Amino acid sequence: MAKAGTKEKPEILLDIRNLRIEARVFPPGEAPRDITIVDDVSLTLKRGKVLGLIGESGAGKSTIGLSSMGYGRGGCRITGGEVILNGRDVLKGGKQGFRKLRGREVCYVAQSAAAAFNPAHRLMDQVVEAALLHGVASRAEAEKRAIALFKKLSLPDPQNIGKRFPHQVSGGQLQRVMTAMALCSEPDMIVFDEPTTALDVTTQIDVLAAIKDAIRDTGVAALYITHDLAVVAQVADEIMVLRHGKLVEWGGTRQIIKEPRQDYTRALVSVHQIEHQEKKPGTKPFLSVKNVTATYGGGVVKVLKNVTVDIFPGQTLAVVGESGSGKSTLARAITGLLPPMEGSITFSGRKLANRLADRTKEDLRQLQMIYQMADVAMNPRQTVGTIIGRPLEFYFGMRGKERDRRVTELLEKIEMGKGFIDRYPAELSGGQKQRVCIARALAAKPTLIICDEVTSALDPLVAHGILNLLLDLQQEEGVAYLFITHDLATVKSIADSIAVMYRGEVVRYGAKSEVLRPPFDAYTDLLLSSVPEMEIGWLEKAIKGRRMESAGN
Amino acid sequence: MSSPILTLVAQRIALGLLLLLAVSVLIFAGTQILPGDVAQSILGQSATPASLANLREELGLNDPAYIRYFRWLGGVVTGDLGTALSSRQDIATSIGGRLWNTLFLAFWAAVVSVPLAIILGLLAVRYRNGFVDKLISGLALASTSLPEFFIGYLLVYFFAVKMQWFPGISTVYDGMPFGERMAAIALPATALTLVVLAHMMRMTRAAILNVMQSAYVETAELKGLSAFDVIRKHAFPNAIAPIINVVMLNLAFLIVGVVVVEVIFVYPGMGQYLVDHVSKRDVPVVQAVGLIFAAVYIGLNIIADIAAIIANPRLRHPK
Amino acid sequence: MLDIKRIPLGALLGLFFTALFLIAAIFAQWIAPFGLGEIVGNVWEPASAQYWLGTDNLGRDLLSRIIYGAQTTIFIAVLATALSFSLGSILGFTAAVVGGWFDTLMSRFVDLLMAIPTLIFGLVVLSVLPSTLVTLILVMGILDSTRVYRLSRAVAADINVMDFVEAAKLRGEGRGWIIFREILPNALSPLVSELGLRFIYAVLFLSALSFLGLGVQPPAADWGGMVKENKDGIVFGIPAALIPAAAIAALAISVNLVADWILNRTTSLKGGRA
Repeated sequence: MAKAGTKEKPEILLDIRNLRIEARVFPPGEAPRDITIVDDVSLTLKRGKVLGLIGESGAGKSTIGLSSMGYGRGGCRITGGEVILNGRDVLKGGKQGFRKLRGREVCYVAQSAAAAFNPAHRLMDQVVEAALLHGVASRAEAEKRAIALFKKLSLPDPQNIGKRFPHQVSGGQLQRVMTAMALCSEPDMIVFDEPTTALDVTTQIDVLAAIKDAIRDTGVAALYITHDLAVVAQVADEIMVLRHGKLVEWGGTRQIIKEPRQDYTRALVSVHQIEHQEKKPGTKPFLSVKNVTATYGGGVVKVLKNVTVDIFPGQTLAVVGESGSGKSTLARAITGLLPPMEGSITFSGRKLANRLADRTKEDLRQLQMIYQMADVAMNPRQTVGTIIGRPLEFYFGMRGKERDRRVTELLEKIEMGKGFIDRYPAELSGGQKQRVCIARALAAKPTLIICDEVTSALDPLVAHGILNLLLDLQQEEGVAYLFITHDLATVKSIADSIAVMYRGEVVRYGAKSEVLRPPFDAYTDLLLSSVPEMEIGWLEKAIKGRRMESAGN
Repeated sequence: MSSPILTLVAQRIALGLLLLLAVSVLIFAGTQILPGDVAQSILGQSATPASLANLREELGLNDPAYIRYFRWLGGVVTGDLGTALSSRQDIATSIGGRLWNTLFLAFWAAVVSVPLAIILGLLAVRYRNGFVDKLISGLALASTSLPEFFIGYLLVYFFAVKMQWFPGISTVYDGMPFGERMAAIALPATALTLVVLAHMMRMTRAAILNVMQSAYVETAELKGLSAFDVIRKHAFPNAIAPIINVVMLNLAFLIVGVVVVEVIFVYPGMGQYLVDHVSKRDVPVVQAVGLIFAAVYIGLNIIADIAAIIANPRLRHPK
Repeated sequence: MLDIKRIPLGALLGLFFTALFLIAAIFAQWIAPFGLGEIVGNVWEPASAQYWLGTDNLGRDLLSRIIYGAQTTIFIAVLATALSFSLGSILGFTAAVVGGWFDTLMSRFVDLLMAIPTLIFGLVVLSVLPSTLVTLILVMGILDSTRVYRLSRAVAADINVMDFVEAAKLRGEGRGWIIFREILPNALSPLVSELGLRFIYAVLFLSALSFLGLGVQPPAADWGGMVKENKDGIVFGIPAALIPAAAIAALAISVNLVADWILNRTTSLKGGRA
């Protein structure tokens, strides 16, 4: 990596000092004002090392990563501090200076490679573009290097994949092509911005392993940004924990995950651990799904194939699977939104009508649903009082004071006060919104609540709170859950029995302890072994122990 | 060019032809709802029943509506647009020269307005939220609110009457020298340009902005490309289809604007011909001209859609 | 609450002039200094203390005719807009919520109507129908309702697939509740701003028809017709025709400013409070 003109490269590659980043926001009906996104953050990164930046949404981690390239997204401005890269303050270099370092000294890998590649150009042209622009290599050399990188990143058909267009390549592969693109101009450092977050869990592990190998073999340094501590523990030498734009804790990877010093870090580390005693299955299930097959497009696409599961009173059935496994379709079939083509659904000993329109009000009351995106699950023009109160009116005919009293009770059950009754959804935080949705479901006094990925859009600590709440409510109200998720850690925390779904079929089904006890079928094994554990060296172990290739790589 | 594209393009064209056929039914039906009939309107209220009956026989009005429709359609397809009731002249002959005049006017208006709108749209994106941008959105707001005749008569008042640069009445005739012809259409072409310009600018701006805000433009910036290269290599190939779309939609809009502008400047084109014959209740002419306008309009919309199909890399390079 | 100081200048101007035109239209008979058809002076007299805007091609007071013209123009435009809006939005909402064959049939029919430029289709129909008030309102309202239909169907279809609507359907709510309580409150802001645009379009459409001699017929006065009456003066340097044309422009711009402001104001509101 000899660069003309530089004599001795400093050992410290990147040195950010007292960085302060502000952005101008335009609140409706108010004068625009500046808010601080990053406040007095300093970090150093040595040549060839990987620093993980971790935090919840709004922690300022991506903003810090991009500041190393002098880039501010959406009106962010660096208003204080220094960013010293290769011994010079890049903030003083001006526009020309930024352009020289971007794509040459520092490269960027985005969360969604599918959006970050230009749909109009072939992959190879985009991969070598920066190398050619900065005169790092001739076209032939750059393409040769790109093919070598494709091979290193275990992309299929490395000779020819560059001839394809972005839409012709899967998401996991695109993410690796983007890594190759970043490495192609032989930069000193790469900023990885949540590179595996948008991927399925079994694909994530492949991409993660590929990125890790590539970092090791090329000796490039990296800022690895993610919200998942277990992921960053696999690749980073050091970890920096951020919250609300401020530094919380910074230390070696082992220290952060084994001996966290700050309460916040401790909470992040222990977030997945909820002890949940599995309940013995009852004798009689109240809801049975028997041999259900469902299709989209008038029988063309089979999305559910011969699915059979039972749900017992007051217990939780977790349905796990990756995107496209049919787990949400199962919920739609049970609720009647997608009438099954074959099979039946029995509820309290009688057959449920297939179509939503044919079900009685009482049947509808018994089955309630909570959604992944609480934002769009509530009418933005209704107050919390109306949202929770409507099922009370609708099912029980409650009016006026009686209704308000019950709404207040429900708000207390979800650990929110009476003061929220007149708020609109936009005035609530993400966790509060999801709680209101839970209260709305509870208001109907259902026997079953279907929870569709209810925690996956939330930050880990908030999700943790929601899971605890759901468990408490199950104790108090005796409600059963059908819990749909892609996250096995969540499953372990909440399930009594588990159904693993793969391509529309239930591949493994039983009590939690049975399902999670070996021997496993190939897919369950892949799924279980792909969930990152907060353990240094887990990634290598997991890759070695795998029996089946993931589908989406 | 691979087959899925050809299929889609063929489908789009077939759909357009089908639509045109349906439009012809609608136009024909639209002129059948009058109280009384064509014979009545030719001869007036004072006509004797005998002369009415004779004329009806002569015009074939005693046949059922669908037979008259197919007779008309058959004529249209073979280039026979019928005879004008008011002047007893062949419609196709009368239209010939006028259609050419109208296209000549619309062509020059498009030649001026399209590049101007695209350049101004690019400027608005380049200086987003700045003065130029604000000015453009202000003008766009105004232009959607201004009637064509306001713009037209303002131009006449200032440039024809006060300054006497161009004629206020656009007389053209066969064999007119090109220079004189251009001078004659200067004001109507300007009026048409002003009618569509701001709208086209604003839509171009939106199309480019949409592309500029995409993640791949950020990727390009983070590779160190200059602002110009980012636009040339990454934004432009993706913006071209939406821009063609914008242009075609506005040309369709321009075709409608032509009607009023021709009346203002007494320009011997299709629009004026149509308006004249609407007042005379000359149904065959109105049907023919209405169909031609609709055909042009549908044609431009087809081109817009085909441009979008061809420019889409997902369709050009299927999996 | 609505604070008058917070209203941007443009919207304030828009509100002021819209109100002014409305008042002129409603109270025309009391405000106008002269009668509608009253010949008070010579042909095309310039503006004077007596005739603020001068006189027209027959020697009638132009200001009085503008005020009466406001009445005719706004009256027809309001009724046509009301028709296009109620027709378009009811059919559009129903199509989005009901779906199925009704949606397909309506949408294809609207596609067909929109394949012909509105003005051209209007001219075709007016070539056989008499230009009475009722015909004009019906033709304008029905032709324009296609645009309202497209918008309301699109807006309602977007909202209809949101989870909160699904939640209401799962609860067992009827169609009425879903349309009026779940969808409508969320569709209001684009629809209200569209209302303004449709009104402007109706004013411009009517004026164009009258200008072409196919809209409001004399002796009634509307702005487009007044442009037609006075257009011959232009070549003599008499700007009388520009005044009603400017009135149309001023009304359209004012309403546009108000509609723009309403759209901005309501879309920036995430919740239900101001």
